[in-house]
Amino acid sequence: MKLQSQSMLYLSVTILAIVTIWAALFYWSVNRAIKRSLDEGLENYKRLIIEKANADSTFLENGYFDESFFTIQQLKESPIKNIPDAYIDTMLLMQDRNDVTLELEPVRMLITTFYINGKYYELKVANSIVEKEDLIRTILLNTIGLYIILISGIIFINNIILKRLWNPFYNLLNQLKDYKFGTTKDYPLIKTKTQEFIDLQKATNILLKDNKRIFEQQKLFIGNASHELQTPLTIAINKLELLLETKNLDEHQVEDIAEVYQIIERMIRLNKSLLLLSKIENKQFENNEKISMNEIINHSIHALEDFASFKKLSFTVKESSNLIVEFNPNLAEIVISNLLRNAIFHNIENGHIEVSIEGQSIIICNSGINSALEKEKLFTQFYKFNSKGSGLGLSIVMAILNIYNLEIKYQFKDQQHCFQISF
Amino acid sequence: MKILVIEDEQQLLSSIKISLEKEGYLVETAEEYYSALEKISIYEYDCILLDIMLPNGSGLNILKEMKAQKKNDNIIIISAKDSLDDKIQGLELGADDYLAKPFHLAELNARIKAVLRRKNHGGHEEISFSNITLDFSKRVFKVAGQSIPLNRKEFEILYYFLVNKNRLITKTALAEHVWGDNTDQADNLDFVYYQIKNLRKKLQESNAAIEIESIYGVGYKLTEK
Repeated sequence: MKLQSQSMLYLSVTILAIVTIWAALFYWSVNRAIKRSLDEGLENYKRLIIEKANADSTFLENGYFDESFFTIQQLKESPIKNIPDAYIDTMLLMQDRNDVTLELEPVRMLITTFYINGKYYELKVANSIVEKEDLIRTILLNTIGLYIILISGIIFINNIILKRLWNPFYNLLNQLKDYKFGTTKDYPLIKTKTQEFIDLQKATNILLKDNKRIFEQQKLFIGNASHELQTPLTIAINKLELLLETKNLDEHQVEDIAEVYQIIERMIRLNKSLLLLSKIENKQFENNEKISMNEIINHSIHALEDFASFKKLSFTVKESSNLIVEFNPNLAEIVISNLLRNAIFHNIENGHIEVSIEGQSIIICNSGINSALEKEKLFTQFYKFNSKGSGLGLSIVMAILNIYNLEIKYQFKDQQHCFQISF
Repeated sequence: MKILVIEDEQQLLSSIKISLEKEGYLVETAEEYYSALEKISIYEYDCILLDIMLPNGSGLNILKEMKAQKKNDNIIIISAKDSLDDKIQGLELGADDYLAKPFHLAELNARIKAVLRRKNHGGHEEISFSNITLDFSKRVFKVAGQSIPLNRKEFEILYYFLVNKNRLITKTALAEHVWGDNTDQADNLDFVYYQIKNLRKKLQESNAAIEIESIYGVGYKLTEK
């Protein structure tokens, strides 16, 4: 969920709760205020009636809530003294403007007793009040209106102000997404006055710097280590070559020496690959030129002819376009020849290799084992299908493609292992 | 023929020395910058093998010094740094060739001979052995004066054998010389045998008095019959 929608959700839920509580409180207080004002009116009315009754005794004959909205009843016995006036909510039959017949309507009623000429009377004064439902409906409608206004305000703030506030954050995020060790030269930089974002930028930059340093050190280490190995490996291989030339060696001794020789050869190949890998990663091949991939492919196939014909492999080259790319010529040759070599060495006797150049893509397919290779492992370093190779061929290809932000895809279809590079 | 080997790794120095002495060269050695400079200033050599990374100074400075002294001995740089920049710089400073470590002794032989030949024969280049002649300016192979056609690979293989005659050439050394880096990943070197078989057939058919011996699956050796 996006930050904006998340803040939207939290805010709208919280505001809904606040507005609901507010509406309830508002209803309660409005109700109270109305009643208080009504009660004051009733009190005043009561006094007027009692005053009039004192002056004019016929007034005491007033019947049941006729036109004048009060009723006086004589009490048979004296009430308990000092009963305070009672205000109650009750219902009376009344006819509203929109009622056809008499209906029960809510009223506020004051019940009191008074004493005139030795008789006790009970006075009930009523006043119609606003219907509860009406009040609730009005408040509810107003509350909903308020809620809508608040939410639209928040959406507005979210969309415009928050977006603007978070802008440096997204800017930094995008720069981090694009950041590649060894490729991106500058650290992410944002212009902001927000302290948190300044801190975030500082923290990420420290993290990146540390990682970059480790990355560089590691690259340097691999490069240096393989350099340092070159001389001892030369000594080893040369000594073995001289040893093999010694007279009077028997067959077993020669075989043993040959075995060690082959192991040293393997180490040399591995070391060369590592050295090449570190050179690529250290960007020691910088000059790009416009080159024709068709030419490179044909040249590479020609160079590998002997290997292919020894395995009785057939080559098909489909050139439906002339693919010109901006690339370092040495690296382009390494990519193509590594892929072709893989296609040859992981092939079967009498197998087939098909190279197609279509539009901006090169696809190299070869026969081989009858099952797909494990994609996740395929592109990792030292993944070997058999023990003879260095396991670095594809790593080298990937390291080169990485410089140019290109990708290689693997697919197993129609019993063929296919590698595709799109430029 | 006098060769100076400038290399600080004693064990490598001794292997190179033994190998070159087998070829009949007179070998002198220097293990660091100043002794190398001294020898170069005093004597003349047919070929100098020069390591770039030396104690007390860089091999590239030796090249500069030689240029200043107007010495034109043949120089082959042997370096652990297989970088293009070093190669270009070395060649610009007057080196004749550049051999990256690790190398096969057979390859070193071939390079030295190529450099020496260029100097001594000036264009017309051929090697004769027993009753055969290999002319590589014209790319012609002759057995007892009779021209025998060879394809490009066969020619290169034979050339490599001739510059290393009576020496063991391992299959990898041969494959790397003829097929270059493409052998890096070769799952087996049987294709080398396949090529040798063809070459042997041609040598036999043309009555060449040389033969390619197999050495227990490790490599081959060219000898006179």
